[in-house]
Amino acid sequence: MTSPVSTDRVPPQLGAGPRPAAGPAADEGLARRLRALACTAPLHDLDARKANLAGEYSVYGMAEIALAAIDLVTLNMDFDTGADHDQIVARLIPRIAAQAPRRPVAEHERVARWVLENLINVGSVDRGFRAVYGTFDPDGTYTRRDYDFKLIEEVPGYGGSVYLRTTDEAVNVLVGALDTDVTSAQIAAEVKLEVLISRGRLADAQLAAEQARYRTVQYSESLRRALEATRRNVRAVDWLNAVPDMIAEALDHVADRYRHENAILTNIRKARDESEDPEQKRRAAELVDIVKDCIRRHTQLQSRLLEAGPLFRAEQDRQAFATPMTTSGTDLYGHLLAPVLPLPLEQAIRVTDAFFAHGTGLRTPGSVRVGDLVDLLLTPPVEREHLGAEMPEPDLVATPDDSRFSEEQLAAATELLDLPADAPRRLSGLLAEARRTGDPGLAYLVALLAVHAASPPVGTAYRQGEQKLLFAVDDGTELDDPEFGGADLIVGTALLDAAGMAADRTEAA
Amino acid sequence: MTEHAEWSEPETAAAPASAAVTPADAADAARLVAFGLQPKLGPARDQEYADLLRRYREDPPFGRLADAVATGLGLIVLEVSPRAGMAVTAAEDSVFAVRMGDYARRTSADSGDRFLHGLAHLAVAALAFPRPEDLADDGYIGRVTVNGVDAFVRQACRRLEERAEEQGENTDPATDTPGLEAAWRIWARRSATGATKDARRLAGSTTGIVAKAVAFLTDSGFLQRTGDESGGTYRTTARYQLQVRDMAGSAAMAELLELGVVPVTDGTATLLPAEDTEDLELVADAGLPFHS
Repeated sequence: MTSPVSTDRVPPQLGAGPRPAAGPAADEGLARRLRALACTAPLHDLDARKANLAGEYSVYGMAEIALAAIDLVTLNMDFDTGADHDQIVARLIPRIAAQAPRRPVAEHERVARWVLENLINVGSVDRGFRAVYGTFDPDGTYTRRDYDFKLIEEVPGYGGSVYLRTTDEAVNVLVGALDTDVTSAQIAAEVKLEVLISRGRLADAQLAAEQARYRTVQYSESLRRALEATRRNVRAVDWLNAVPDMIAEALDHVADRYRHENAILTNIRKARDESEDPEQKRRAAELVDIVKDCIRRHTQLQSRLLEAGPLFRAEQDRQAFATPMTTSGTDLYGHLLAPVLPLPLEQAIRVTDAFFAHGTGLRTPGSVRVGDLVDLLLTPPVEREHLGAEMPEPDLVATPDDSRFSEEQLAAATELLDLPADAPRRLSGLLAEARRTGDPGLAYLVALLAVHAASPPVGTAYRQGEQKLLFAVDDGTELDDPEFGGADLIVGTALLDAAGMAADRTEAA
Repeated sequence: MTEHAEWSEPETAAAPASAAVTPADAADAARLVAFGLQPKLGPARDQEYADLLRRYREDPPFGRLADAVATGLGLIVLEVSPRAGMAVTAAEDSVFAVRMGDYARRTSADSGDRFLHGLAHLAVAALAFPRPEDLADDGYIGRVTVNGVDAFVRQACRRLEERAEEQGENTDPATDTPGLEAAWRIWARRSATGATKDARRLAGSTTGIVAKAVAFLTDSGFLQRTGDESGGTYRTTARYQLQVRDMAGSAAMAELLELGVVPVTDGTATLLPAEDTEDLELVADAGLPFHS
């Protein structure tokens, strides 16, 4: 899709030189940029193709949703698995809903799934994308080449489930990165973060922290691959020097990062607690979450590194200390698989065909008698029972209701505690009112709910997008009551900004 | 009597007429070969099978008769032993041979798919017998998992990709010349797995292709399923080792040599060449990190 433009542009760029190309080096740079450009094509494509969807979808910014999806998958990629498909869809919906609030939720979900499926490119057998571009070979001939890439790939998880991962190409599109060393880039970002925080520029600091987290994810990914390889092929690695060095280096690195990030955490916490500006307070709180997540990922990495040693020793015992025997067999990897992979397809296929033909053993061919065949074809198909076998009636035993309070009591207590937001009340008053109803148990329930409200479930309410929340505060007044002791709590209702929280959740994700 | 036997089993005519071969002997020999044609049946589970095996080993004329029956049917005898039973395999062009087109329909139209299915079988064998010693050791039992095979091939592909990058090679194939694309790219390009509507494995994905291969090998009595972890775990049988060692390995090797590729190893060192260890360092695998 990018090639026609690029080929037209090549000659004018190079001026009136005698050669068709400025040399392989210049052309290589051009090829690299063309490939980078191709990675953005699927995103543009989404906006171009939304018109073809049945329904009026032009209100949605598909490229924006796609970038958000890539962000979400990248941040949810765990050390072991990837991001869950449904979870990504669920987290995309608030943003899509914000783009077209009047449309039904089902449509929002449909858009989310459409974007995600297109980023995976479900329709193609490779589940990837292909762009065509042209280069000049060293001898001056012009060749068109296929560039295959993926943005989001599906990987197997535990128990046959499928997870999503962003590819390096997608990460590239996302942050506009260039080829640099992970380690140094991470250190640079952390220094930047510290400087930003010390100067009190929290908005910038958040951006830097988020980038640091991307890098942390990338870093874990690199190590995961390395460990996976060492786990599989014990003899493939230099167990004497290279592996212990690598593990030691990685552990040092984790320790270093851990120290660093904890220092940052202390700094931001201080910034959070000292800051007067509520906006800055909120930013700092978010930053704390991000850095905590970084620390969590590093800890995970560290436990992996510690496991590697014993695993190696166990494999070493099994393989190296067995009785040596005369080697006469073929080294299937070294002699066959490894030499076949670099061959061009038309040659490699001869080897794999030969292996297949001689390696699959035998199949006894089914032979058919015409008499049987006629019978078989004339037999009417067996009616299948749609409902399946009859279910046995389950033998249920009623469990005795041993609840301390009845449903009616709970309803009465909830009604009693349904206070207007601008009029909190004393616990003593509430207890008195509860006793007036004549139900002796109700006062206990009210007291229990009030004490419970002293530590309100803010996190749950935030996640579930509740409208209001019951809370209780101790202002030092003693509770003067025949049955209960302690503080005379002030009980009230706090109204929550549900829409604002929903927006925050999407940003934080 | 003798004449009758010779008529029904012409191969026996070639054998020295020292002992008279009765039709009953021929029937027993054919019965032994028939047992061999049921690869999932072990001699330990069938008394008659075990008796016939003992007779094969203790009665050489009977052994030759059974071999002749097998040869006449288009079978090759790999080994006759209590552990492997009557291990026979199909000779080329035999009615028992497995054809790629019957194995997976898409392969006849798409050479890429044909290669992937063949490579899956090669990779399963390579992971089941990672060292030459493992293939030579009769007591060795290999273990493979579906996801493990895919990951191992992908790792090998990634190494090739990195090496090509280091050398500044452009591995993107020229358009419209699919036969010239490097083989590893075809595996690397295919998705590892994919969500399907009915929660089954995506047949065209590489794990789907490997799963098909191991399921087929299980049906051939070459693998035994031991669990569901990592997409399915399997262990090898004596028959699989024989098949790979005596048939598949050498056939593929001959083809490779004919292509002019002479793999050189020092005979001991193995699964991966030593210089690959540097790939384990972080930076080589870092891919495309970030820049702020």
